[in-house]
Amino acid sequence: MTRLAGNSVSRRSLIKGSAALAAATAVPTGWAIAQARPVKVGLMLPYSGTFAQLGENITHAIELFIAEKGGKLGGRELQIIKLDDESKPENAPQNADRLVKRDQVDVLIGTVHSGVQMGIHKVVAESGTLTIVPNAGNVAVTRDLCAKNVFRSSFSNWQPAYGMGAAAAKKGYKKAVWVTWDYAAGAESGAGFKEAFEKGGGQVLPNLTLPFPQTNFQPLLAQIPGLGVDVVGSFFAGGGAVQFVKEYASAGLKAPLCGSGFLTEGTLGAQGAAAVGIETALHYGDGLDNPKNAAFRKAFKDKAGREADVYAVQGYDAAQLLGIGLEAVKGKIEDEANLYKAMRAAKIDSPRGPISISPAQNVTQNIYLRKVEGGLNKVIGVAVENLADPGTGCKLA
Amino acid sequence: MLPQSKTVPVMLGLGALVLAALPLFVPGYYVELGSYAFIAAMLALSLQLLVGCTGLVSLGHAAFYGLAAYTVYLVTGNGAGRSIFVTLPAAVAVAALAALLVGSLSLRTRGFFFLMVTLAFGQMVFFLFHDTKLGGGTDGAFLARPVLSIFDWQLPLTRRQRPIAVYYVALALLVAMYLGLVVLMRSMFGRVLEGIRVNEHRMSALGFNTYRYKLAAFVIAGALAGVAGHMWAMHRGFVNPELIGWHRSAEALLMILLGGLTTLHGPIIGALAYTGLGEVAQLITERKLLVEGLVILFVVLVLPKGLSGISLPRRSRKPAPKTPPVGAAEARPHG
Amino acid sequence: MALSGFLAQLLNGVQYGLLLFLIASGLTLIFGVMGIINLAHGSMFMIGAYVAFLVARHWGSMWLALPAALAGGIVLGLLLERFLFRYFYKREHLDQVLLTFALILLFEETRALIVGNDFHSVAVPALFDFSVPITAGFSYSAYRFAVIGICLALAALLFFWIERTKMGAIIRAAAEKPEMVDVLGIDARRVHMTVFAIGTALALIAGVLAAPLYSVYPNMGDGFLIICFVVVVIGGQGSVSGAFWSALIIGLVDTLGKAYAPKVAGLAVYVLMAAVLLWRPSGLFGQQRT
Repeated sequence: MTRLAGNSVSRRSLIKGSAALAAATAVPTGWAIAQARPVKVGLMLPYSGTFAQLGENITHAIELFIAEKGGKLGGRELQIIKLDDESKPENAPQNADRLVKRDQVDVLIGTVHSGVQMGIHKVVAESGTLTIVPNAGNVAVTRDLCAKNVFRSSFSNWQPAYGMGAAAAKKGYKKAVWVTWDYAAGAESGAGFKEAFEKGGGQVLPNLTLPFPQTNFQPLLAQIPGLGVDVVGSFFAGGGAVQFVKEYASAGLKAPLCGSGFLTEGTLGAQGAAAVGIETALHYGDGLDNPKNAAFRKAFKDKAGREADVYAVQGYDAAQLLGIGLEAVKGKIEDEANLYKAMRAAKIDSPRGPISISPAQNVTQNIYLRKVEGGLNKVIGVAVENLADPGTGCKLA
Repeated sequence: MLPQSKTVPVMLGLGALVLAALPLFVPGYYVELGSYAFIAAMLALSLQLLVGCTGLVSLGHAAFYGLAAYTVYLVTGNGAGRSIFVTLPAAVAVAALAALLVGSLSLRTRGFFFLMVTLAFGQMVFFLFHDTKLGGGTDGAFLARPVLSIFDWQLPLTRRQRPIAVYYVALALLVAMYLGLVVLMRSMFGRVLEGIRVNEHRMSALGFNTYRYKLAAFVIAGALAGVAGHMWAMHRGFVNPELIGWHRSAEALLMILLGGLTTLHGPIIGALAYTGLGEVAQLITERKLLVEGLVILFVVLVLPKGLSGISLPRRSRKPAPKTPPVGAAEARPHG
Repeated sequence: MALSGFLAQLLNGVQYGLLLFLIASGLTLIFGVMGIINLAHGSMFMIGAYVAFLVARHWGSMWLALPAALAGGIVLGLLLERFLFRYFYKREHLDQVLLTFALILLFEETRALIVGNDFHSVAVPALFDFSVPITAGFSYSAYRFAVIGICLALAALLFFWIERTKMGAIIRAAAEKPEMVDVLGIDARRVHMTVFAIGTALALIAGVLAAPLYSVYPNMGDGFLIICFVVVVIGGQGSVSGAFWSALIIGLVDTLGKAYAPKVAGLAVYVLMAAVLLWRPSGLFGQQRT
């Protein structure tokens, strides 16, 4: 068995070993060698399947940031290795293995689909590979399953819905119901909405749900008039969101519709008039007036040939976060203690406004209230300032 | 169904030895890939008892595989790992019980109705875990991997040695499953199953209660799929509903077809080849499904019938026109 | 929830069931007459939905998609029968299953190449883009009424064809006793091609009608295919009227279940199938065979 163990020593620990040796003997060439090797950044993102465009936007934004920094972070070259996760959870552990164990990446940035994120998380929590989540919002990753090597630059499902709940309560609504798919993201966002809305003095009825990703909303809509609610909150995304918003409008219901921002994100063209006036909450929106945002949107459009969106921002900030860590350790990514310390303390100037990292290593950020006007999600205010996910159950501190 | 000559057992034995020696020479990643291939092989082999041996084409077999993996989760959660001597029997028992229920209903139908019913029940199990909180919902759940321990004594393994231990456990179980099925098919029971495959009416006329024999085969196959599912949990420490989905059942059928429908070692070779193909396809293309579809079409349309037709004369002895990555030497359809 | 809500759910159940019938009738006919299972039948439904999406995108309304689906479905069915399935009637079940599984993968990949993998919604045709008020607080989509009407009309045509025409009689006979066709010396190939063409066209039309209701998305055929298996199993082999009634039952059970017992609704149809298998293994409306 000893022989076997010796054989499977990862390159990662070999490098760590050589670094320690170099430090101990103070041989300067040791560093020169370590510095010469580029940092391997694995991008495990969907490049095919339903979420392909999200994966591409995140990738463009990461590449954009690296290019802005002259191809180096902390003085060290970066080598990017892309792997298509196809948004398939059953293949996720094996795909993560391909990057972590076969390609031996130093950093893994991924992914979009929360089921796939679980598969990645299992692998990296065990291997200790630095991981930055650029989208998937499942709360567990920065709550009970949190790990010291896993950071998130996007959001937790709880955050935008919490913002919406707070804003709805502030408007004076008293009774609400949350409509969503019966899956983790739906339940987690519902919990955020409920927490904030009830803190504001309202009452939230049990969620109305249908199985993911079905779009047979009629049975749900038919129940709403009987509930006597003042407002209906919801979490849907993509085609489901398009369909739901349209059917909601045509059902002629009295209660206004609001929701987590994904309800109207990237879908306004298809939703058309049905979406006009809907208020949603998210960590990004149209018309956010800050110089960083303006510069980012222009640069992104020049590179990708299309407008930046919230996913691009999340990818950009994933790269910014990595950049802060690598600058702090001068490219010495093997210096985990100081790398993580710097990343945890990061204050990032994001296109979405200032963000920081919470103790559970999720992003702390403003949640904006937006209203659909003229085909845009116009920011009309801040729903909750500097909102941190509670990080319940996470023992990092 | 059984090897007729001496070459096959010899080649299989050599192949197993090569596989046993592999972790000494390859990087850790390939050890884990090997474990995965063995698990896939167990799933395909367990399904072969139905498809190749008894002539029952089931499209819901992954249900038992996934149920067993979820049983490990339900038994241990994400806390401290339990002994494999607790989790394995529990997982197999749950899979067998589910197979008894599903089998007793679906075997009341025949042919494609059987296939549709098994598929529907498989999806039912899928929705059970997908739409309820029972096993972590759509995102799946982490679980504590079963540990190699007897009573209070635990095999001392470092984190790095663990995948290698899992590799050997999976290989040993695969070999045991293969040998067990060889013995089973040589027994009276196995001969009756073969008789049912060839002509069920005749077996009924001879006085055999074919329903009971088929049900027994279904339960054994389900239990063996449970062994594979348990190993998945032990290998990955992670369960998700897609383990149960019907695409996985279809994948297992494909492995059988790829390796050969007429032998017991066919599914093993098919699974190893399929896993290897997947690895190559991942490197060269983003259109994996296209590759998979074309491979199936190729196998179904072009490969000699000797690989796929169960009703073919036993004399057919054509060499397999493909090269599995490891243990290629056994790739000779026999039967 | 008031009576009006219940009425709306009933209508939803009927509409869903009728849509299932369009898909399941082709499945059961193809299965009954040719003895082949077509897993790719769900892909036909998917293709129909994407045809609706593409037509709506180019011409602003999806109406043209209906004749296109009819014609395209017939042609696609004829081609598949003539150049592929014909050679598989006598093959092993496993071969047929994997062949049609491969077709699913290829159709899905082709779809990905042509339209990509995004969810898309399809606008309800302007003609029916209004709601019929049922009570003060709830109105029901006129388009769903239209779908119910079209499905009923197609079902009536199908029954007329099967019950009243010579070809229909042959198909009925063949579905119930496949060996009949050979005995009567009928040109089996013509029967096969006709059945395949009609069945495929019905699935495409179902897809077109479903597109505005369910959106279009990758692998959308899978879910419908499996529910249609349940319909066929409950309805009985090769029985079109069996498929009709069982589709309605499934549609109602599923829809009412989701409205009134959402926790167990996903499983309800399968429990129903298990019960039917216990009670009458050959289906509620099929010929009981021993």
